[in-house]
Amino acid sequence: MPDGVAAHADPPASATGFGGAGHHPALQHHFQTLDQQHEAATLGMWIFLVTEVMFFGGLLMAYLLYRVWYPEAWSEGSLELDIIQGGVNTVVLIASSLTMALAVRAAQTGLQKATVRWLLVTMALGLTFLVIKFFEYKHKYDLNHIPGPDFEFEGPHAAQVQIFLSLYFGLTGLHALHMVVGFSLLAVMCWMAHRRRFSPEWYTPVELSGLYWHFVDIVWIFLFPLLYLVDRARQAG
Amino acid sequence: MTTTVLPRVNYLNVRHGVASWLLTKDHKRIGIMYLVVVTIAFFLGGIFATGVRIELTTPQGDFVSADTYNRLFTMHGVAMVFFVLIPSVPAILGNFALPLMIGAKDVAFPKINLLSWYVFVIGFFFTLAAMVFGGVDTGWTFYTPYSSVYSNSNVLMTGIGVFIAGFSSILTGLNFMVTIHRMRAPGMTWFRLPLFVWALYATSLVQILGTPVIAITVGMLALERALGFGIFDPRLGGDPVLFQHLFWFYSHPAVYIMILPPMGVISEVIACFSRKNVFGYSFVAFSSLAIAVFGFLVWAHHLFVAGISPYSAMVFSFLSFAVAIPSAVKTFNWTATLYRGAIWWQAPLMWVFGFIGLFLVGGLTGLFLASLGLDVHLHDTYFVVAHFHYIMVGGAVMGFFAGLHYWWPKMTGRMFSNSAATLAALLVFVGFNLTFFPQFILGYLGMPRRYHAYSEEFQVLNVLSSAGASILAVGYTLIACYLVYSLFKGQAAGANPWLATGLEWKTESPPIPDNFLETPIVNEAAYKYSEREIEVA
Amino acid sequence: MLEGIPLFPEQASTLAPEVDNLYFFVTAVTAFFALLVVFFVIVFAVKYRDRTGEKVGAPITGSIWLELGWSIVPFLVSMAIFAWATIVFFHMVRAPDQTLEIYSTGKRWMWRFQHIDGQSEINELHVPLGRPVKVTFTSEDVLHSLFIPAFRVKADAIPGRYSSVWFTPTRTGEYHLFCAEYCGTQHSGMIGRVFVMEPNEYQAWLGGGGGMSMTARGEQLFQQLGCVSCHLTDGTGRGPSLAGKFGSQEALASGATVVVDDTYIRESILTPQMKLVAGYGPVMPTFQGLVNEEGLMSLIEYIKSLPAAAQPAVATR
Repeated sequence: MPDGVAAHADPPASATGFGGAGHHPALQHHFQTLDQQHEAATLGMWIFLVTEVMFFGGLLMAYLLYRVWYPEAWSEGSLELDIIQGGVNTVVLIASSLTMALAVRAAQTGLQKATVRWLLVTMALGLTFLVIKFFEYKHKYDLNHIPGPDFEFEGPHAAQVQIFLSLYFGLTGLHALHMVVGFSLLAVMCWMAHRRRFSPEWYTPVELSGLYWHFVDIVWIFLFPLLYLVDRARQAG
Repeated sequence: MTTTVLPRVNYLNVRHGVASWLLTKDHKRIGIMYLVVVTIAFFLGGIFATGVRIELTTPQGDFVSADTYNRLFTMHGVAMVFFVLIPSVPAILGNFALPLMIGAKDVAFPKINLLSWYVFVIGFFFTLAAMVFGGVDTGWTFYTPYSSVYSNSNVLMTGIGVFIAGFSSILTGLNFMVTIHRMRAPGMTWFRLPLFVWALYATSLVQILGTPVIAITVGMLALERALGFGIFDPRLGGDPVLFQHLFWFYSHPAVYIMILPPMGVISEVIACFSRKNVFGYSFVAFSSLAIAVFGFLVWAHHLFVAGISPYSAMVFSFLSFAVAIPSAVKTFNWTATLYRGAIWWQAPLMWVFGFIGLFLVGGLTGLFLASLGLDVHLHDTYFVVAHFHYIMVGGAVMGFFAGLHYWWPKMTGRMFSNSAATLAALLVFVGFNLTFFPQFILGYLGMPRRYHAYSEEFQVLNVLSSAGASILAVGYTLIACYLVYSLFKGQAAGANPWLATGLEWKTESPPIPDNFLETPIVNEAAYKYSEREIEVA
Repeated sequence: MLEGIPLFPEQASTLAPEVDNLYFFVTAVTAFFALLVVFFVIVFAVKYRDRTGEKVGAPITGSIWLELGWSIVPFLVSMAIFAWATIVFFHMVRAPDQTLEIYSTGKRWMWRFQHIDGQSEINELHVPLGRPVKVTFTSEDVLHSLFIPAFRVKADAIPGRYSSVWFTPTRTGEYHLFCAEYCGTQHSGMIGRVFVMEPNEYQAWLGGGGGMSMTARGEQLFQQLGCVSCHLTDGTGRGPSLAGKFGSQEALASGATVVVDDTYIRESILTPQMKLVAGYGPVMPTFQGLVNEEGLMSLIEYIKSLPAAAQPAVATR
């Protein structure tokens, strides 16, 4: 069966040193060099992250509209959230971005064991985030603050607080879903690193997982002040 | 054109068996697989439309109940918009032709390409399930609070189907964008790209930026419907018009997803059958980008009577006029391409002529709706229905058929009957006009859309419309017949039956799995008909 | 006009000829450009036809002047259409100062019209010839849209909000009224008739009964629901005085100001704490569920009718 090996269309030798015959096991056959593959993969991940921005964007638009319409309800709803748990989660996620970056660095420099370790720490921090979130949600459930037919809230703006909480659950729920996906992704990366699949020549999956993880972190950095810090200056402690 | 045998090994016969198709990573096979599903969806949408047009031959609601009718038009819209118009040209023709046209072996992410087909099929299954379990009756636009609170139909199931199918569109757009950026053959600079590639690039921009918004909007609707979250509920102070803004923020650019690729097809076919460069190449290329960008700025022209401020309406009206200009520029450039060409009247060109006639009407009637003083009267009447069918069916579907006929020999290695195809184009053109032109008149008269029963005086025009629809049905059936026939009895096409320029015509029909024996090197602009000898296949 | 196939709706309001003239203009312009392009396509396709398929076309690639020309000219033409259409639109959305007010509610699947004098009708609307009429309406459930083709008016009925259309009828007769926003099973049955009558006939029809005027009904509700106990006219009550307040600017506790219009009054009755007037505490209970849309409209009419204590009410719209 005819092979599509490039004849006089060889690109200049890339920094990886792989070209013509005999190629890196990770080079897929429709790419000509590892460089090209790496650039394509990275561009693909960035484009995917842009779609994620638009995805969260719809909810944020709804948030924006209603915050302008119902500032008191936003204030009341925000004060119902636990700033300690939210704050701890923020620190946890920022730390996890640091450990993620260290994992990518380890893969980049060929440190197999360190890669696995940093990935595991990142996963542990991600899990911590999700556990704290679980307790926050459970607390809301106990107070009947989950929007829907069983919603109960004392206060003059109860109906609009329900809208606030709908957006709270929508935004943080969507974010948590992305965390779960990220966690699974890192588990796969861990496994691959453990099997010594990465090297300084090719660690693209770790790098792209890192991009994804950082993005999920940045989303939280927006969500935390938007949801938890709406009117804290007014809070009487 | 000499008769040659089919190449011994090509992408169709290199491996056999269902598994070799369902696990393929070959963009050409994936394009065919999309063709199968889209054809089924088109057929389904057509059945629903038949039900609608039969009902509308009489003023009374006597063919089906009101509830059934409402489900029929809704499901016609859902099937056609999400499972035919959005994917057809990009996922079928784009998937097949894009790598060939830029000299690549495949798209950037072949496995994601296959995934996007599976996602599409899963979305289609959910939507089918909703249809089987009684359908949905909200209109394809799902306006709240009817869809979130009051409807007794399968809103959630349909919403899930649409949500999932949206990811297929996103993944295709992502794949194409990276492919065009990173997989071009040596020498294939941006301004040597065929215009179909520019069109796919512009479309990918829209798919990437717009589709996630409909996804989250349907998601919010699902939360409201399933869990009672109150984001659009006026009883809580929620805003039902917010849904409309979010919905149309995608759904307007979506119509550019539907029309940009067919416009790219028109450029390819008109260049080929005029034997001439497309007039104003860079203007046509940039107009695709302009349409993609401007298309994001006009959504609220769907809300002119929904209570938005008149000043806001003015801005959106102005922008809606502005977005028409690049389309006009394309149309003039295509016409100028014909000037002093060597026009070879073959079937794909007949479909292009049909496109130009119908797209003109569709696009120009958009100006009526962009005009604030007219839209108040015309909104939600049959004028709108006629307008968008002229663009979507007269434009997008005809453009799709132009491309399907153009690349059919490349995809299958076979030629179809030119006279049958020309007859089909004529039937579709005549049938289409008879179906939809009366609807402009009905609209100005005041007949609202989505009406199961209507006032007596509208009957004659409705009967004309239904008669036209039956001619349309014959035309579409004819296409299926001669194309399928060609698979068995069609003459072998050879590499370049149309004597066209373009890298895809430099390889065999059907192509080998890796598209080219050697990576081509490009050293001239696209559509260089007049400057060199045309190779005969 | 071909017997039996209507091509145009009747012109029955002052807006109708404006809209129709614009329509004719846009039709003429677009038909011109469409026929121009079709003409050239046909001429070129025939004149330059090559049956062999083996010749090539002339080496023409483009012309910057043509590109500029056929970008700028359509743009200018579009702007002319845009300008004319916007002017017509502003006529449509700006009702004259003095209008005959009629209230309406849409709900699945009927329209209820309430005349101020008390007449109410279902799926029928009687209006007098030659006077500007403004219909203010809302929806009780889902989106609807009030559409009277002969008048060329349409606006969506949105639950939780008021919309309005205005028109001056110019021909007596009977005209279609349609719901133009899909609203469920009987959407196509949510239709009615508009009757335009000579002024004296309209007065006679109005006088033919209907009970209490809206203002009187509003006053009745004002007493029954206990509004009168807090909203004392001298401003010393637990709630602000409403005398002459309609149309004026009100300072809110949050620091913002609001115009006292139909929507604000409706909101204050249903969700009183949302926009609290400055200087008053959040003590007003909600009347959601205790008063229906017609009752709300009657209360609004009553409040509109209250004469100012000191300063005159400023009419806004």
